[in-house]
Amino acid sequence: MLLMQERPEVDIDKLAMLSRIQLTEEEKAAFSGQLSDILGFFQKLQEVDVEGIAPMAHPFDAEAPLREDEAAEPWAPERALSNAPASRENQVIVPKVVEDA
Amino acid sequence: MGLDTRTIIDSSAFSLGKALLEKETSSREICQAFLEQVDKVDGDVGAFISIDPEKILQAADASDARRSAGELLSPLDGLPVAIKDLIAIEGEPLTCASQILKDFKSPYTGKVGSELLSAGLIPFGRLNMDEFAMGSSTENSSFKLTRNPWNLEHAPGGSSGGSAASVAARECPWSLGSDTGGSIRQPASFCGVVGLKPTYGRVSRFGLVAFASSLDQIGPVGRCIDDVAVLLDVISGHDPYDSTSWPNQLDAASLSLKVPVEPGTLGLPKEYFGEGIDPEIRKNMEEVIENYRSLGFEIKEISLPHTELAVPTYYIIATAEASSNLSRYDGVRYTHRSDKAKDAVDLFYQSRGEGFGQEVKRRVILGSYVLSSGFYDAYYKRAQQVRTLIRDDFLKAFKEVDAILTPTTPTPAFRIGEKTDDPLSMYLADIFTISVNLAGLPGLAMPSGIATSGLPMGFQLIGQPFEEGRLLQIGQAYEGAHPFTATPELIQ
Amino acid sequence: MPEYEAVIGLEVHVQLKTESKMFTDAPTGFGEPPNSLTNAVVMGLPGTLPVLNKGAIEQAIRFGLVFGSEIPEMFQWDRKNYFYPDSPKNYQLTQLDAPCCMGGEVEIELAGPSRNQMGEHLVIHLDHAHLEEDVGKLTHFTKDSLVDYNRAGTPLLEIVTKPDLHSADQAVALLQSIRMHLTAAGVSDCDMEKGQMRCDANVSVRPKGQKSLNPRTEMKNLNSITGVKNAITYEIKRQTKVYEKGGRVTQETRRWDADAGRTSSMRSKEEAHDYRYFPDPDLLPVHFPRDRIEELAADLPERVFDRQRRYQDTIGLPYTVTSVICYDHELARYFEEGMAEYDANPKALANYVANELQRERSQAEGDGYLPMSQVKLDATALARMVKLIDEGKLTKQLAREVFIDMFATGNEAQAVMDEKGIKVEVQDAGELEQWCREAVAANEVAAQQVRDGNDKAVNSFIGPVMRASKGKANPQQVREVLLKVIHG
Repeated sequence: MLLMQERPEVDIDKLAMLSRIQLTEEEKAAFSGQLSDILGFFQKLQEVDVEGIAPMAHPFDAEAPLREDEAAEPWAPERALSNAPASRENQVIVPKVVEDA
Repeated sequence: MGLDTRTIIDSSAFSLGKALLEKETSSREICQAFLEQVDKVDGDVGAFISIDPEKILQAADASDARRSAGELLSPLDGLPVAIKDLIAIEGEPLTCASQILKDFKSPYTGKVGSELLSAGLIPFGRLNMDEFAMGSSTENSSFKLTRNPWNLEHAPGGSSGGSAASVAARECPWSLGSDTGGSIRQPASFCGVVGLKPTYGRVSRFGLVAFASSLDQIGPVGRCIDDVAVLLDVISGHDPYDSTSWPNQLDAASLSLKVPVEPGTLGLPKEYFGEGIDPEIRKNMEEVIENYRSLGFEIKEISLPHTELAVPTYYIIATAEASSNLSRYDGVRYTHRSDKAKDAVDLFYQSRGEGFGQEVKRRVILGSYVLSSGFYDAYYKRAQQVRTLIRDDFLKAFKEVDAILTPTTPTPAFRIGEKTDDPLSMYLADIFTISVNLAGLPGLAMPSGIATSGLPMGFQLIGQPFEEGRLLQIGQAYEGAHPFTATPELIQ
Repeated sequence: MPEYEAVIGLEVHVQLKTESKMFTDAPTGFGEPPNSLTNAVVMGLPGTLPVLNKGAIEQAIRFGLVFGSEIPEMFQWDRKNYFYPDSPKNYQLTQLDAPCCMGGEVEIELAGPSRNQMGEHLVIHLDHAHLEEDVGKLTHFTKDSLVDYNRAGTPLLEIVTKPDLHSADQAVALLQSIRMHLTAAGVSDCDMEKGQMRCDANVSVRPKGQKSLNPRTEMKNLNSITGVKNAITYEIKRQTKVYEKGGRVTQETRRWDADAGRTSSMRSKEEAHDYRYFPDPDLLPVHFPRDRIEELAADLPERVFDRQRRYQDTIGLPYTVTSVICYDHELARYFEEGMAEYDANPKALANYVANELQRERSQAEGDGYLPMSQVKLDATALARMVKLIDEGKLTKQLAREVFIDMFATGNEAQAVMDEKGIKVEVQDAGELEQWCREAVAANEVAAQQVRDGNDKAVNSFIGPVMRASKGKANPQQVREVLLKVIHG
């Protein structure tokens, strides 16, 4: 199994695709090696017995608070789009959306 | 009325506040003094990404007007505070030292920002950092290098390198940083200043640009315990806009400093004193231990058996959360937008490819890996389980000791460029600070000596959850008996 | 050639009715100017954090209570990571591991043999329903697209059925049942035209008798009842044909093209969909108080078909009337309010609601039915009118006119009658008796039936007498005089 490998190989193209980051060939080569090293270093965790141990959601015993369903004043469109790289008619412009982003 | 520039920049924020209240100086005079110092040294230090002197002096004048009218917002009204460039204040930049947010101006103010403003504190420039707080040297800033004021060839640490360097270089009396795995404490230690990472949930994260949500906390950097305590009290408190904010009442940390310190028991985790520690740091730690003993503290060896798992656990959790947190920087609504994009999907790839630096890309991709289908249980979930074990180690230790004493870093500040090609060795620079974030505990970094290289050395005190008052008391006991008086040559 | 059967499961997205968004206090709304319902959290600005809307959670719990789902002790929130320009954070907050409603059953009614006859009832099982947040809206132009984030962050309930459905009609009946129940409970308006209810359908076809499921296709965003019906019908036919020709159906996502009336493959990159779910570190798990759930349960309206059975079985209302009143929660509430005022003649009241009221609403100005919120006639006033008829103070004939006036003005029946000078009173005995004699003389056959003991036959004289009196005679009195005249 992949996880038991000391230095797991990574599919850098797939990861770049999942992350939606354009990588140069140099970056791909460098990252592949570095990620394998780092993942190898992570293998230490596979030896730990975590049977019955709850994953930590918050360091302390806390729960998410619930807000009453009351609406506050919304932002003016100008404020919402104040950093927008391109807008028209108070909407954000994006290049043509082709199917299935 | 009037204090000279030198007196002002050498004073603690606490004493500047007093001088203001006693009308020995004005907010304008104080701000002007620090602006002069920024002018003088920041070309070398590079702590600030941006600073707007006109806006600062306007705010100072407004504060002075309030003072004349007897309408002070708080005893701190008119003091400047420099801010790491990932804390949102309306109208201020919020770049996170990233090209992807290089033109971003925050259209809103977060909780910490509004606490500062409502106390009359004056935002004093935006401090350099590792891009999105990912790094331990501030070399990952996409804008500029920050240099260690003690030796310009050395890194200031990171990610809050600007926060620590600006205080050490007397460019501001105090500052705010953020700490995800040591990002306040490690640079504080490298720069010979005091830095505190508060208990997770003590300070609101609303308005703190997220790196790793379950680990991030904003915290103060100052030149003495008093300053750190006062600034902590300004920013602490429950926030209904942060669902992880601690809902219970907290004691003011600064009040704990007004009572005599009761010595207690300090734990020395044996796992923190193993190999890999610089001999001078080790020797300095022995002195610190001896000094605490002579102050009446009991010293006890303890064990935190899961320590060696902390670094991998941390990097799995932090990169997983970061990969998702940073998805919003996509070229659509408010970030850098690539002009090469063929279509909407390509816009994501190109904008992020152009906008993110190497370390950010590396971590986002690593985070995508550990969360991807088939790996979640083995990585993220398992890391959160190990995190429970690490936290439980601490809670067990705290049944025997009041606080835990460790080195902050294995070495003094490394040279700029020394670790940039080896991410893994950079990750290991955080080995003593990371567990504190995983366990959600408060951690205090204090200076305690100068190495033969001329660089500062320091120690870390780890406290019990929400017991920052006690933690700072223990720090102040040391500071009172062994004040750190050395100053960088740069400012002499 | 074997006979084939379709196996269908639906994923229905319903916008919950709330004042504010799922994770922040920006208002919800439809048809507002672009990007006018946002704030820092909706836009996914750096440094923003989610805070749960209690109202949205309560709406989801109401859904579960209406359909008998199990409400777990703890809710947890997960991030579903995918990039799209309408998604401000490029992850959606949803519930993967701990949905707020587990299981449940939806009773549906298929069309009957005719409009007047009840159709077959089936129970469709739910897998679960979970809360999530809606995305913004993209408008496509030739050269670019525009994004409006008004809808982003609106609370959304995704309802996932078991593959219990076997026809397009059943799927449509399921959507109708969900809509009837959720509008009645105030959980959602379920207006498909406003995108408040959207549907994805998973369809597969297998030889009858086969236990295992064949590969299914998923059709996304079927945004009208007709769309659901036509897309599923088409897809069942298409898959059946594939099998009949000895081919195989591939598991895939298909697009429904309403104009062309057919589905086509979307050729998605399957590997693109690794959603990298993980628990949202910004939102801790929540234990929702059990006593609050009990309060919500106590406040829910009666289920639609339960109410219909009650009206039919205990009040004796016919299907033609209950199918009008019960399937529209506003009419049902109206009827109940009238009953609370006067419950001695439910049939008459129900008839006025299902027939007269509906007729007047349909004839009112504007498109379609006048909304109930704009109906001036109070249910209790209508009930009082029925009571006046029963007391003989108003005749059914006159009531027609009175009702129209009441509907138009909202006035009380008595006030309308006073205004119009309508007064039903004991007639001059001689005149009334004269009308009765004329009526009896005109129909000796019926008169003989009455003499032979068939009291009901007297009814055939009442109409002519009432006409002779121009509707002013008191029917009760007319009946008494008629009997006297016939029996001599």
